[in-house]
Amino acid sequence: MLGEGILKGLAETARNFAGSFVSAERLTTVQYPEERIAPIEATRDFPFLLYDGSDWEAGMRCVACQICEKECPPQCIYIEKSKDKKPDALGKPQFYPARFDIDISVCMSCQICVEVCPFEAIKMDTEFELSTTDRFGGLLYDRKELAKSNEHYHKIHPTEAAEVDARLAEEKAKADAKAKAAAAAAAAKAAAPVQAAVQVQPAKPVQPAGDLTAERETKA
Amino acid sequence: MTDAKLEFDAAVGAKQEGWNRPPVMEPSGEGGVLELAMGPHHPSTHGVFRMDVALDGERVIRLKPVFGYLHRNHEKLAEGMSYLGSMPFTDRLDYICSLTNNWAYALAVEKLTGQEVPERAEYLRVILGELTRVVNHASSIGFLIQEMGASGTPLMYAFREREKILDLFEALTGARMMCNYMRFGGCRVDASAAWLEATRKVVAGLPGFVDEFEQLLRSNEILMARCQGVGILRPDLAVNAGVTGPLLRASGVNYDIRKVDGYGIYNRFKFRVPLGDHGDVYDRFMIRMLELRESIKILEQALKEIPVGPVMDAKAKIRGFRPKAGEAYGRIEAPKGELGFYLISDGGPNPYRYRVRPPSLINLTILEDMCLGQNVADVVLIFGSVDIVLGEVDR
Repeated sequence: MLGEGILKGLAETARNFAGSFVSAERLTTVQYPEERIAPIEATRDFPFLLYDGSDWEAGMRCVACQICEKECPPQCIYIEKSKDKKPDALGKPQFYPARFDIDISVCMSCQICVEVCPFEAIKMDTEFELSTTDRFGGLLYDRKELAKSNEHYHKIHPTEAAEVDARLAEEKAKADAKAKAAAAAAAAKAAAPVQAAVQVQPAKPVQPAGDLTAERETKA
Repeated sequence: MTDAKLEFDAAVGAKQEGWNRPPVMEPSGEGGVLELAMGPHHPSTHGVFRMDVALDGERVIRLKPVFGYLHRNHEKLAEGMSYLGSMPFTDRLDYICSLTNNWAYALAVEKLTGQEVPERAEYLRVILGELTRVVNHASSIGFLIQEMGASGTPLMYAFREREKILDLFEALTGARMMCNYMRFGGCRVDASAAWLEATRKVVAGLPGFVDEFEQLLRSNEILMARCQGVGILRPDLAVNAGVTGPLLRASGVNYDIRKVDGYGIYNRFKFRVPLGDHGDVYDRFMIRMLELRESIKILEQALKEIPVGPVMDAKAKIRGFRPKAGEAYGRIEAPKGELGFYLISDGGPNPYRYRVRPPSLINLTILEDMCLGQNVADVVLIFGSVDIVLGEVDR
């Protein structure tokens, strides 16, 4: 019969229309600014810089190694390395970023900066309501605007943050044990100066900086 | 072409080819020929694409596709960037199916370096690839019906389902469309048990959606009158033009790279390749509908069999990645056809040559042959049935 197919389709539409009144599953629209859907944990949008403790400048994990700057596909990160060094979380003196800018109007949220960072210093935020009337300065974030605390990281990505903290704690424990062993060795050395003087220490081979500072060669 | 134009062309010495080439079909002789630029801002072109058509009344006697409005220098950019750096850019080729683009690129690099992919990562790739196919086919059918004038309803049904799958993508990869998930030698993060459970739930709901979608459209008389016998593509022409994907299979050529190459772990799954008889718009619509069902079958098998284990090759390097000199071509059956990446490495940190073989572009090249003799309104329909994304056509 001509028109049978159309009627079948209309029955389907009617079923969906009526269904949206009784079944919440069929009602998929959310009235956005008033209603919000629950955030998904893995969501990412723009990067932020992580700091430990309460002072963002002292606790900044970034050591200005500039790997993210080189790897960033759209080249939206700008870093200036400091002239002096400051102790980091492990107590080792490290450089810090004298300037760290991200132009989030250029950033494409690919999180490659997060993947290449060896210091767990840059992570992805979930804040998306960033519209501003200032076209240039308003979307160019400096290190102060980018700095967010570890608590904030735990709030937005709890699982991932717990993993990162466990990994860092393990590294710190290793470093502490090493420092302790070194201190013990130094004490032993001081206790037996004659023996130590006799013992010839082989010079430690200088490690090539390797991955951390590997310059990305770009073809001319 | 009008006499005045011919005289003008002769006067300025314009060649009768390319832009000025005469119509392929003879005009009927009454009322002259109307030359019309459809696009680049025509709503049916899914982006910025122009069709220069010559019309004899309502009948198309010449059609020239004009590409390049969305050219973004993707290939040249990739040649100045690390291998990993172009992974997020591949998301932006066919932005509806970012995960299959990731997969094709990862496959090409893995061929270049000879890296192994762990079992679990292969399963995850299949699951995500088939979910992407569901997303693509559902929305492409929706858009096709939209172009017939059924504005809204079927497209919104497709998008309701797509939304569930995009939520899964977001929960796993962190982004809905620009996933940037696959890596050379595996996948970036592992899927949790909760994610797999949620996926099983969504996949269990998919057959119901396809039934509903078919019931809504399949036997609709208006749809059949608009689609059947329109835009016929002969199988020999399709093969000669290098057409791939659902467009080729709708013409009755049995060519599916999942079967031909068996890349990844596809030869472990039982699924059939639907083939068309007539090669018209209705066949292309039905092929996509049937492929949805086959994809659901693959998804069910993969979700049942997925093993535990690592998702990343232990030897894979993120920083300082330099494949040895050589070349490789990796291809997959993307939802739109054969998507290939051709890479030449000179041993440096960035590829010496990076080339994308996009299915959309190559499928579009035979648009004229399908449109000749058809009405203008059917051109929109035929164009919609090719299923393109301009991000991939122009790159």
